[in-house]
Amino acid sequence: MSDRFWPQALAIARRDLDRERRSGEVAWVTIPFGAIALLLVPLAVGVNQDVLSRIGTGMLFVVVMLFGVLTSIRRTNIETPEQRDAVALLGIDPVAEFAGRTMASALLLLVFEIVMGAVAVPLYGLDLVGWGWMFAVMPLTALGLAELGTLSGSIASSFNAGPALVPLLVTPLAIPLLLGATQTVTAIDSDRGNLSWLVLMAIVVLVLAIVGVVTARPLQETR
Amino acid sequence: MSASAPLVEFEGVAARIGMATILRDVDMRVRPGESVGVFGSNGAGKTTLLRVIATLLRPSQGRARVLGVDLSSQDRFDVRPRLGLIGHAPALYPELSLVGNLEFSARIAGASQESAMAALATVGLAAAADRPAGEASHGMQRRVEFAREIMLSPDLLLLDEPHSALDPSAIELVEHIVAGVLQRGGAVVLVSHDVDRVAPMVTRTAELAGGTVR
Repeated sequence: MSDRFWPQALAIARRDLDRERRSGEVAWVTIPFGAIALLLVPLAVGVNQDVLSRIGTGMLFVVVMLFGVLTSIRRTNIETPEQRDAVALLGIDPVAEFAGRTMASALLLLVFEIVMGAVAVPLYGLDLVGWGWMFAVMPLTALGLAELGTLSGSIASSFNAGPALVPLLVTPLAIPLLLGATQTVTAIDSDRGNLSWLVLMAIVVLVLAIVGVVTARPLQETR
Repeated sequence: MSASAPLVEFEGVAARIGMATILRDVDMRVRPGESVGVFGSNGAGKTTLLRVIATLLRPSQGRARVLGVDLSSQDRFDVRPRLGLIGHAPALYPELSLVGNLEFSARIAGASQESAMAALATVGLAAAADRPAGEASHGMQRRVEFAREIMLSPDLLLLDEPHSALDPSAIELVEHIVAGVLQRGGAVVLVSHDVDRVAPMVTRTAELAGGTVR
């Protein structure tokens, strides 16, 4: 790792967060639409508190996954070829670029998860017992989805595949994260072991990080 | 690499985009202190030539060396910070301010934050430093890109249609930047379809036609 790695990664993260701060896309588009999606489910299935509390955790993470990955992918897709070339010519370490993008997306997704959680708990009547585990589940989900979105966005832009390819790449790979997050929280409620699901999530996050690091240079080269 | 060694050395270089061969059998040498103007009509392959020199597009054939590094080797990534490219379309982030764009470049390249504001002042945009790039005119955005090159001082500067969207004072600025690179012992390659406007800035010219430099 070069001595420029962290300054470059932090510069990329700061750029992405600055762009988000000025465009307000997550704050004014993604979060309201995510909240509306959570609100629509009770309208669709009827206001049956038993049903809602049973599906609530799953719905929370489905919304987080769908909207979260879109947010993360968008960070990569809004970049023009000229902007990508300019960053490459500044001598960016592609791994630092992957790390910086992932950090920024993970932070935005964590905020998104927290707001969605705050909406879902009263709306679905979720039991707060054992939700301390969310301090582990939410960051892992945010990090995993951020890695996945960054990686998928890079693949799509490198091969000029356009945004249509991205959901096909992301959805299957996000399933272990979705299952892990939902099952960890559900297992807490039913007093079953939950550590194994958390370990699964940690492994997925680690594998995605390794794939991101290993493919960063070849993907930059393919652009 | 000796001081007089060519900064760009192409022999029989070809380049493809997808299935289309854009450049073929290009022979080209650019030595330190030279400013080479490459002229050609639309679609002649001028931008592709610059992208190959900038290490952003790998040659499909031939021998290509830039700043002494073979473009088929992994070392080509190491020369990138010594290259400057101002393309046809601006590469700024519209949400960031003009100075914010330069500060971002400075952070990635390891330059000081103060140099960003100083470079912006050099191109006459200090008063507009906090304006979002998306709200700046095309000409102002071009000036910011020139400010980036002033800040980073590349050894090899590549310019694509440098007069595009610039007023007469900005054109003087481009000439000043080109002269600065040459004085430092660097070189400039600029491509344009407008021979008359670019001629004062170049030490020699070449024509790109049918994908080949003549």
